[in-house]
Amino acid sequence: MNLLINYEEATSMILFAIGFTMLVFSKNILKKIMGLNIMDTGIYLFLASMGYIENKLTPIVPSTGNVNASDYINPIPTGLVLTGIVVSVSVSALMLALTIKLYKKFHTLNLDEIYEKCNKEEDDE
Amino acid sequence: MEFIQNFPFITIVLSLICSIVAFGFKGKNARFITYFLLISSAIMSISVIVYNSTVGDGYFVYRMGHYDAPIGNEISAGFLEPFFALLFEIIIFLSITGGSRKIFEDIKESKHKFFYIMVNLAHAALIALSYTNDIFTAYVFIEICTIASCSLLMLRSSGKSLVAATRYMIFSLIGSAFTLIGIILLYSITGHLLFPQLYSTLQTLWETGSYTMPLTISLGLLICGLAIKSGLFPFHLWMPDTYGTATPAASGILSGVISKGYIFLLFKIIYRVISVEIFLDSGIHYLIFVLGILGMIFGSVSAINAKNINFMIAFSSAAQIGYIYMGLGLGTTAALVAALFQITSHALTKPLLFLSASGLSQTVSGKQGFSAIASTGHNNKIAGLTFGAGALSMIGIPVFVGFVPKLLFGMSAFDHGIRTYLVLIALAISTILNVVYFLRTTINIFASPKSNIKRKNITFKQAKVFSVVVILMTAINVGVGLHSQPLISFFEKGIEIFSTMR
Repeated sequence: MNLLINYEEATSMILFAIGFTMLVFSKNILKKIMGLNIMDTGIYLFLASMGYIENKLTPIVPSTGNVNASDYINPIPTGLVLTGIVVSVSVSALMLALTIKLYKKFHTLNLDEIYEKCNKEEDDE
Repeated sequence: MEFIQNFPFITIVLSLICSIVAFGFKGKNARFITYFLLISSAIMSISVIVYNSTVGDGYFVYRMGHYDAPIGNEISAGFLEPFFALLFEIIIFLSITGGSRKIFEDIKESKHKFFYIMVNLAHAALIALSYTNDIFTAYVFIEICTIASCSLLMLRSSGKSLVAATRYMIFSLIGSAFTLIGIILLYSITGHLLFPQLYSTLQTLWETGSYTMPLTISLGLLICGLAIKSGLFPFHLWMPDTYGTATPAASGILSGVISKGYIFLLFKIIYRVISVEIFLDSGIHYLIFVLGILGMIFGSVSAINAKNINFMIAFSSAAQIGYIYMGLGLGTTAALVAALFQITSHALTKPLLFLSASGLSQTVSGKQGFSAIASTGHNNKIAGLTFGAGALSMIGIPVFVGFVPKLLFGMSAFDHGIRTYLVLIALAISTILNVVYFLRTTINIFASPKSNIKRKNITFKQAKVFSVVVILMTAINVGVGLHSQPLISFFEKGIEIFSTMR
């Protein structure tokens, strides 16, 4: 029952688990990056749902009118999510750059094959 | 507010500005920007240490934009924060100076500047991790540190270094995810991100017994994330490839400095957010203690089986990091002082070993296998001798800095019941294993030449900068080893100030 009430948290944990599994167990490096993004999205959903209060306003104070803080949702988690997204995008960009370099070098995206080819190169040396 | 109180903030901003400015320069000139940054930051760190030890309460809190907590973001500086910032700056300076020739050999000319840009960025992240008072800011800079260190590794562009970068990145990202989820759980329970507010709320919650299990899980995730990133056993598998395939300057920075940045942050979190009492009460310290001891032994066992000298030094890092976690796991002030000393000792010794090993392998055209580097101590005497000094320090021979933390760990382990025996036995086994692989390698590099491999002689005149740097690093190693007491007292005072900063 609690899971149904806290459906946002439950969804975010399911997303985290899916992403984590992909990041750790997938052999394809692109799928790993997708897993990373799904995992991060799960965390951000969890964070955003923490700050959300039902029937409250968006935390943008109008120039005139209501300025009572209790009428708004908590803006800090939203800010944190934005920061987190920036971090996540940077890390994904770096991982994609790394993937391009790996593909150019080894002509495959399968990490097992990449390790194999790399070890072979080392043995040849 | 005194002007000096702006220095930590200026250091971070200056590092970020230098990272951007360096884009406009070519490789060799970008190097001078990094030197300027490191020297000016070191002067500022020294100023902060002197200021805190002579004026005021021994620490200060800098409010970003002058907004009060909990809205504003904060930086705090006591004794330990500027000390570790200074240590990181010295090690980075020595590593990039000693390894400069190899940087230009290993990395394509068009990418030289990126190396220095990433060093500046890593410096910004490390300084921010040392000074920050906000746990989410710490997370952001952890990620910046990850990006900078992975880029340092990628720049070599060889197949091996790319594969190592991938492995490092995957481990790092798993660590970051755990850290982030730990931080968010902590925030959702306490409603705070700044250290002092987190501390007081955690104390209240723990005393009343509310949220004990979620708190333990969040702290466990936070510690686990940082442990993965710093290479605690069994998460040390990324270490050999990472440290073993990067250019020696990058290996020195990654092993000597970056992993220590994460550990110092963890130390700050344990002391200033969780508090040692809750940390010991939660039982997480038992896990850290056991993994630390296993790391000490299995890191050394892996080092014995390593296939080349760089991999051996890298695996030895896993063992040395095990010592630090063992100290954290004991949790007493004496053990934490020993852990801080171990951070310093390892940061001073490991870059020396990587640089010396690169000096030795240069005599055999960059080969790193044990048979290839045999007898190379005769061809590059300075690298051979400094490697020997570093090896003796790692083993824990008196006079060298590596002896002091081992002694401190041994002394701090008493009165811990079964853990006393575990620490003493682990110290003994680890030292014997260290002797096996470090002494074996040192004897190997000074053995009489047998093989027919063609070797190049490298004299002091041919590698002046490298030689001066490794000699200087050895001198610092011996100097700190001989005069350890002032540093021990400094750490004790620093920990005392940590308690008053809450």
